[in-house]
Amino acid sequence: MMGGLFRVFGRPEFPGAVARHVELSAAALLVAVAISVPLALLVNRSPLASLIAVNIGNIGRAVPSLALLALAMPFLGFGFAPSLVALAALGIPPILINAATGLREVSREVVDAARGMGLSNLQILTHIQLPLAAPVIFAGIRTSAVQIVASATLATFIGGGGLGDIIVEGFQLSSTPVLLAGAFTVAALAIVTEVVFGALERVFTPEGLKVAKRRQAKR
Amino acid sequence: MTILLQGFEGPLFDWSWVRSHLTSEIIPALVGHVYLSFVSVAIALVISLPTGVLVARYRKAYAPVTLVTGVLYTIPSLALFAILVVVPGVGVGPKAVIIALVAYSLLVLIRNVVAGIDSVPPETIDAARGMGLTEGQILLKVELPLALPVIIAGIRIATVTVIGIATIGAYIAGGGLGALIFDGIDRSFPTMVITGAILATALAVATDLLLLGIEHYFRPWARAAGRRG
Repeated sequence: MMGGLFRVFGRPEFPGAVARHVELSAAALLVAVAISVPLALLVNRSPLASLIAVNIGNIGRAVPSLALLALAMPFLGFGFAPSLVALAALGIPPILINAATGLREVSREVVDAARGMGLSNLQILTHIQLPLAAPVIFAGIRTSAVQIVASATLATFIGGGGLGDIIVEGFQLSSTPVLLAGAFTVAALAIVTEVVFGALERVFTPEGLKVAKRRQAKR
Repeated sequence: MTILLQGFEGPLFDWSWVRSHLTSEIIPALVGHVYLSFVSVAIALVISLPTGVLVARYRKAYAPVTLVTGVLYTIPSLALFAILVVVPGVGVGPKAVIIALVAYSLLVLIRNVVAGIDSVPPETIDAARGMGLTEGQILLKVELPLALPVIIAGIRIATVTVIGIATIGAYIAGGGLGALIFDGIDRSFPTMVITGAILATALAVATDLLLLGIEHYFRPWARAAGRRG
């Protein structure tokens, strides 16, 4: 059984499936970040727009991932690009919700103090709002990344490739080693993603926020 | 509709198929989906309520419990299905799907039961104790009712997650709306794919809003504060 598993890992198409899975997920996450962070900055100008964005994001989070991938198929066809579009769309709500809420929660007093010190709007954004909201934004990116890696397994159904191909092959051949090789690898990939992005979240937390948090915990 | 698509024969959406398969295929798939999701969340709740209450008391157990349920939650569903179907005594079918859906619900439910109990102010519990309530009465009459909105929030998140993942369960013969999606893909028949995907989305969003309403209903103090405020 273990021997069979390792034979599957050693097959020439296995590394390709892993690479394709990572490539598809990374591209989808990049697109999701590139859309949702600027969108969050844009809606931050008005509390109403921010509220609407968060609510639409919440509804978006309820959309089943298979439904989204399946809907991409009749309109965009099979393959990498339709999978990329569906996975990016799936990744937008968690980042948008967190970025919009995170920016909103940067207190008015802090922003006013910065303005009083003579910072321009751009400086307030890049030196005050974004760093203070960074932990919350990164938490959203982590949720989104894990969800994209997991859902990329389903891209196989619309011809997007990745590790879902191996699992589906395992089902079709009724082969336990093939099934488990695909399943364990994609599970490991999802867990690694969670851990790596959790670490990134800590790295991007400004030192001052860590101090404030420790002080609050002591109270 | 007469939009023609690459790779497909015929129109994008064929309403006559929907009309002729409404009672034979579409409604049974929807009912099956609701049943699968409901049973799974109910079983998960039966496990999570006592576990959450215990973990809220014995704090040392919280980290290991969230680690195990957190790892389960992170495993992609198709992978968990693949692992479950090779477990002796499980195999393909609704059983494997329900086990997976229960596993996915545990993290959110247990975490919210604990958070709900934590949200009860210690003064309230002191007052209850001062009034002569036993520990059991405090749990049932004070802590759990006050924790209810947070627990319901957990049920809402778990249910919406489960409705989404249940669609994938159709791949291992679990039934439900996913069956329409997979059959549609196999037959290159977009009408079935769109019907399944739209209904699954509508079911998830409607359930989310419904449970959100119930959550607010069980927060009478928030409603009262809102009126006053």
